[in-house]
Amino acid sequence: MKERKEIIEIKNLNKWYGDFHVLKEVNLTVKTGEIIVVCGPSGSGKSTLIRCINYLEQFQEGSISVEGIDLVNDVKKIKAIREEVAMVFQHFNLFPHLTILDNLTLAPIWVKKMPRKEAEAMAMKYLERVGIANQANKYPNQLSGGQQQRVAIARALCKNPKIMLFDEPTSALDPEMVAEVLDVMIELAKEDKTMVCVTHEMGFAKKVADRIIFMDAGQIVEENTPEEFFQHPESERLKLFLEQILSH
Amino acid sequence: MAVYSKKETRKAPSNVKGLTFWLRENLFSSPFNVALTLLGVMLLVWVIPPFVKWAYLDANFAGSTREDCTGGGACWVFIRMKIDMFMYGFYPSEFRWRVNTVYGLFLVLVAAFRYLKSPVLKIVLAHVYFIAGFILVHGGLAGLEVVPTDKWGGLMLTIMVAAVGIVSAFPLGVILALGRASHLPIIRSLSVTYIEFIRGVPLITILFMSSVILPLFFPEGMNFDKLLRALIGIAMFEAAYIAENIRGGLQSIPKGQYEAADAIGLSYWQKMFLVILPQALKVAIPNLVGVSIALFQDTTLVLIIGLFDLLAMVRLSAADSYWLGYETEGYVFVTFIFWFFCYMMSNFSQKLEKRFNTNLRK
Repeated sequence: MKERKEIIEIKNLNKWYGDFHVLKEVNLTVKTGEIIVVCGPSGSGKSTLIRCINYLEQFQEGSISVEGIDLVNDVKKIKAIREEVAMVFQHFNLFPHLTILDNLTLAPIWVKKMPRKEAEAMAMKYLERVGIANQANKYPNQLSGGQQQRVAIARALCKNPKIMLFDEPTSALDPEMVAEVLDVMIELAKEDKTMVCVTHEMGFAKKVADRIIFMDAGQIVEENTPEEFFQHPESERLKLFLEQILSH
Repeated sequence: MAVYSKKETRKAPSNVKGLTFWLRENLFSSPFNVALTLLGVMLLVWVIPPFVKWAYLDANFAGSTREDCTGGGACWVFIRMKIDMFMYGFYPSEFRWRVNTVYGLFLVLVAAFRYLKSPVLKIVLAHVYFIAGFILVHGGLAGLEVVPTDKWGGLMLTIMVAAVGIVSAFPLGVILALGRASHLPIIRSLSVTYIEFIRGVPLITILFMSSVILPLFFPEGMNFDKLLRALIGIAMFEAAYIAENIRGGLQSIPKGQYEAADAIGLSYWQKMFLVILPQALKVAIPNLVGVSIALFQDTTLVLIIGLFDLLAMVRLSAADSYWLGYETEGYVFVTFIFWFFCYMMSNFSQKLEKRFNTNLRK
């Protein structure tokens, strides 16, 4: 494995919602091309953590730097970071008033100032990769959940981001549709994209993750390679968690 | 244990069950409904035949003087003789082609809107239309003789006040709505103050203020056109209502839409104009058209500051000593014109809703 550079550095991150301490002293470093899976019980702060990385959530203490850019409340820096970081949401959040194709070309045309023709060609390329090029002129509500999430992944790819954040991408899907989304994600993982995924799909984690991070009550409890993570969990909390999600 | 064979798909059973079934189901399903149906029929019998008799069977259409009205029914001759006044007010008859051209150009504009795709071009074209329309009606350019605004009147004035009022209030309304939803406290409180102030004051007061109080702030001798003052007042008034309707639309947009727009890197204005407002306006269409219809009817209030819209023209004509006693015909005519325009707007609203409906199912 070649020497990799740090692409995300989170140091002593603390965040409060009012009086509620959601993130406690979180430290995390992600290297270029690494695939990180974040899991943990609900309310453990895992979504909040990755939403801090593209500044959808503000934090009160600590620092995050992405590609060497320090994340502070400054429109230019936030914009620069959002150029590099794409996000896939639990509820897809496609724009319902635009066709699939327009959903994909919106950011390239308006943010990257790409000519429409070029943007559409690129969008079609990504739609083909996620296997729904034939739906390009439909509206989001005409597609199934799994198809919508694949469109959302294609939309994220259209920014040609260095980092992809996944916020529970399969937890709003019908069981039959989870596989088609995971397949796309596994394909992505084979490339040199940095991925941070909040997910409970342990099969996916075993297959592609470089590291798995377990969070509970706002802090990182355990961090390990997939083999060690599943075979030799150390903390009691993780043992209990694994027991509960793997027992079915 | 059992395994079931695959079932064939069949056509849904027909739900056409014949006229008698429909009647029984919809009109005579219970004693109370029977009573309501009979009452309704009685009401129609009581109202419609006398009206048809008055408005058509016993009415006079031909002729040009009072003496031609001999039928005892409606005297439509009155409307015919006064129609120019109703349509154009005191606009000089030799220049009326200019107003008609503006109406004609409107049809051209509508046709162009159907074929043009680029929204920028549409906006430019609409502006060109309004400016060209103003120059045509007002004159003073390109060799057209000036027709001062106090000569404008009738339906032409009604349409103009309503159209200019709605069109110019709209951008202001959008900005106020965004301002009210803003995170910046100063902008938000300014917007809220404006909206709540305007909504607390009747339109008639705003019109009085714009025609009586506003000139006090201008230097001596500076004369500001009465119609323009009224238009400014109406646009300011309307903007507050439009803003509130758009705010309703904004509140219906889920947080995820804002987050997705942020996450793909759109700026605040791009986010609002490309993602949020198109969806919010779609939700607000029925209410926005409602506001427009209300404004169209409220234009009749300009009478009190001395502008003669359609209704005022009819009142004026009915007071003509030669045609005394025919105001009923005049008001029936006005009612029909207002109903026609409002009904068209309401129809248009439904068309818009259909057109922008992207919540399609497979």
